[in-house]
Amino acid sequence: MSEFLQHLVNGVSVGTIYALIALGYTMVYGVLKLINFAHGDVYMVGAFAAFYIANALGVGDSPTLGKTLLVFTGSMAVCAGLGYAIERLAYRPLRERPRLTSLITAIGVSFLLEYGFQLAPFESITSMEFPPGPTPRFFPELFPRTVWLQIGEVAISNIDVLSLLVAIALMIGLEFIVYRTKFGTAMRAVSFDPQTAALMGIPVDRVISITFALGSALAAAAAVLVAISRPRIDPLMGMMPGLKAFVAAVFGGIGNVPGAMVGGIVLGLAEEFVAGYGVSSFRDAIAFAILIAVLLIRPQGLFGRQSVEKV
Amino acid sequence: MRLVRALLPFAVGLPALWAIQAAAPPQLAIILVTAGVNVILAVSLNMVNGFTGQFSLGHAGFMAVGAYTAAKITLAMGEAPANWSPWLWNNGAFTLALLGGMLTAALAGLAVGIPSLRLRGDYLAIVTLGFNEIIRVFIENMRWLGGATGISGLPPYTSVVWVGLGALATVVVARRIVGSTHGRALLSVREDEVAAEAMGVDTVACKVHAFVLSAAFAGLGGGLLVHYILLVTPKSFTFVKSIEVVVMVVLGGMGSISGATLAALVLTFALELMRGLDQYRMVMYSLLLVVLMLSRPTGIFGTKEIWELLGPKRKKAAA
Repeated sequence: MSEFLQHLVNGVSVGTIYALIALGYTMVYGVLKLINFAHGDVYMVGAFAAFYIANALGVGDSPTLGKTLLVFTGSMAVCAGLGYAIERLAYRPLRERPRLTSLITAIGVSFLLEYGFQLAPFESITSMEFPPGPTPRFFPELFPRTVWLQIGEVAISNIDVLSLLVAIALMIGLEFIVYRTKFGTAMRAVSFDPQTAALMGIPVDRVISITFALGSALAAAAAVLVAISRPRIDPLMGMMPGLKAFVAAVFGGIGNVPGAMVGGIVLGLAEEFVAGYGVSSFRDAIAFAILIAVLLIRPQGLFGRQSVEKV
Repeated sequence: MRLVRALLPFAVGLPALWAIQAAAPPQLAIILVTAGVNVILAVSLNMVNGFTGQFSLGHAGFMAVGAYTAAKITLAMGEAPANWSPWLWNNGAFTLALLGGMLTAALAGLAVGIPSLRLRGDYLAIVTLGFNEIIRVFIENMRWLGGATGISGLPPYTSVVWVGLGALATVVVARRIVGSTHGRALLSVREDEVAAEAMGVDTVACKVHAFVLSAAFAGLGGGLLVHYILLVTPKSFTFVKSIEVVVMVVLGGMGSISGATLAALVLTFALELMRGLDQYRMVMYSLLLVVLMLSRPTGIFGTKEIWELLGPKRKKAAA
């Protein structure tokens, strides 16, 4: 029983991270019909941005709440800027071209971030150690880990609770933005039909830019949450979570905001339970098996709309 | 006559390859083998990504299947028995191993292709990438395939002649397919899938055929590669390898055989020339992809062959 509970706790905590990343995929796909392959790497950049900010603030020596908040918002701001820049420079010029062109560009951007960050630091140019190089770095502790709740052998730490709460708060915030604000209405209109939306006076370009920034900020938040509980960060850390979060988004119905959240949690639980009770070395294959099954059985995902191809 | 035409490239190529092998110093031979394998991979991937217009990101998975099958076969065949000529035995075993590798890779292509080719565009890309990773994770978990460390101590069968013949075969097959009725069906799927279907082209069957054939040649490339580096590990076949091949195809032009061949050769030699800058290799690849997509999304040669661009300009019929 306690083993089951432990897997449940782990699954939910991994799942919320997948969900936060999946939201970025789903929103971008919603407005642009593009799989933003580089999204997982924006997540990685988020972790490194937080790392540099935390070190600059000297969080390791004297952690305070204010600094923690600063690390969070700083990293989210950096990634929002990065997301905006990627969209502006790489995707916008290709918007009228075949979708495959944008996909290949997205793969290019993804590899550029992954391998660019693995280069040795240009110390002669900047005093900062940037790019970080291929060796993993250790994220400083923002606050000490304490056990919050002990049920039998299952320990739930303050970090688990905090990351769950932050993730839920961000999702509620996003839900509010998408369904209750003027911008959200514009975003849904663009997602439904960009041309008509433009005719109705919606600034489509700006909506797409903000969507990118929003999704990237969520990825950064996910990255900081992960870095707090598992402090090892490296330039390839976004590869697998990125792909898995994409699977979560497809599972929930790509383009669907609540679907991405459910998909993330389901994927986290599935991975944790199969790895816990079955063969742990197959962990990385589970997500892809789920993806293939979903696309074959219900390609529109759990909550997606069936789309009909018109000539 | 048709047989002669089909065999002519080999009749010309074989003596040339022998001559190159005899003349090339060992350092050059290494580059030539790598280049030849890359030509096989790029041209075979071009059958799917170029001619048929489907975007596969799983080429390395099929390479892995072919490489492991070939490795298992050559290890099982072992040394030549006393009453056999070693030359005959070794080359016979290698031929068998490569054919076996192509066959299993083709079967893997069929198994992957039938379900996933119903999907289009970006979804197909992700699913093939998924299969690539699944194949790799499975191999890592198979003890009789050496697990994560792989199998070492393969016999050194691959030579410049073998790789050259493989590359030649890939190019000849690709070329003859594009010119055939079947090839035109493939091109029609690329140009407009709905229109092709309306014209009576069995689009799913077309895509599966192209996919299976491309997988078979990926298996050939894998088998040749591992019998040169004498080691087969799952690490050589991650989706990063698939993307390297995609870069070659995209660079050369999706749908151009000579373009893909040239891109594979140029990239291999260019990388060899800047060995010391190894850490910049993937950065360059990715920059190349982005810049190319922004400036010339069909690749350098587009769907044209090189000689079509070099030859006298034909006037285009007014559209």
